[in-house]
Amino acid sequence: MEKPVPILTGSAGTFSFVTAGQQQLNAQINPVLLLPLGDHWLVESRAEFQGAFQRPPGGGPYAGPVGKNLDYLEADYIANPYLTVTMGRFLTPFGIFNERLYPIWIRSLQQDPLILPLSAGSSDGMMLRGGFPANASANFTYAVYVSAVSTSHNNLQSQRNVGGRMSFFLPGPRIEIGASWQKLLQDTRTNAFGFHFAWLSSRLPLNVHSEYARSNQGSGYWIDGAYRLSQLTFWRKAMRHTEIAGRAEQFFSGSITPDEALAIGLSPANTREGEFGLNYYLHDGVKVVGSYGRQFSSAGNQNLWSLGIAYRFLIPLGRVGAQ
Amino acid sequence: MKTRILGLVAALVLGSLIYGSQARAAGPSGKKDATAPVVAHSYDADAMRVQGEERYRANCGRCHAAPQKFPPRMMATVLRHMRVRATITDEDMRLVLFYMSQ
Repeated sequence: MEKPVPILTGSAGTFSFVTAGQQQLNAQINPVLLLPLGDHWLVESRAEFQGAFQRPPGGGPYAGPVGKNLDYLEADYIANPYLTVTMGRFLTPFGIFNERLYPIWIRSLQQDPLILPLSAGSSDGMMLRGGFPANASANFTYAVYVSAVSTSHNNLQSQRNVGGRMSFFLPGPRIEIGASWQKLLQDTRTNAFGFHFAWLSSRLPLNVHSEYARSNQGSGYWIDGAYRLSQLTFWRKAMRHTEIAGRAEQFFSGSITPDEALAIGLSPANTREGEFGLNYYLHDGVKVVGSYGRQFSSAGNQNLWSLGIAYRFLIPLGRVGAQ
Repeated sequence: MKTRILGLVAALVLGSLIYGSQARAAGPSGKKDATAPVVAHSYDADAMRVQGEERYRANCGRCHAAPQKFPPRMMATVLRHMRVRATITDEDMRLVLFYMSQ
């Protein structure tokens, strides 16, 4: 097997979000460092630098905060085909969006799902995970973790919790189903649980993802689909690079106050949302994205527009020739 | 509670490491070998390419548009990352790497 080389990868993008007539300009870069060590180790990290700028209510130039965040900095030890031990700060394995669909070059719609804040984004501690064939037609994957509370730095915060996720992937029909659980071991000591589903059609250029989550902070679901227009018989060259996407989602408020919900990024009231998007891939790692959505909430209905460009880069930090 | 959780985690790590070591040790006798390219015994090169492409489309395409091929050393890193991030199985990783390195 080829000796792996360190890589600097990640994504960058700039977007214009218009929510209820208020425009926000968003620019972000999310570098990912992959540092393989020997045959069994991988040190990996992702940071997020994001600026969100908008005009003040009375008019004037665009201004706003620039946020910095360390999403993960972890050491992975691949012990054997069944187990990987992860230590450090890692993405919390709850559902599939946070770990696998979050990067801007991957997600088909740029708005976060309404239920994303129901589970911790990152955790500081230790995780065991792995995947292996359960039988000839199904793979089993699992992740269990413990996290310590961390309040020392704004960009490294985590909660004291324990949790896990398990899923089955059926390679034949390309269907994945799974369940997640998280127990907070501080303050309210509440439980959160969720289910996820993913399907990649083998006949159509279509993939579908869905999640359901529930905790004391609220509950809800989202389902989205993305379809490449490569099967259309006109404007083939352009259609091959064009994707349409749609998402339907709903959020139900929990037992926390609206102010508490807003503070953690949740909607303050029961909310329904539908969104439609159009993505054009300039090439493998660059896409122009646009979307329109309509949100219905007892706190007020609003239109959601977005337009932007997302770019994925991948730079080797060493010689890539075969050894 | 904390002690029980830590005990459970420690037992899982220990058990899996022992099992993994036994699997490696059992390799030459024809049982499972955790480090050897297990798929090489099961498929010839053409079959591995076909299987690799199938696993590549099924695993990578589940989350994102299937990427272009990169040099083998870069693919080895990317697949190690994806093995952890997307919990791709060991066999799938080896078959995809074989396909992407052709």
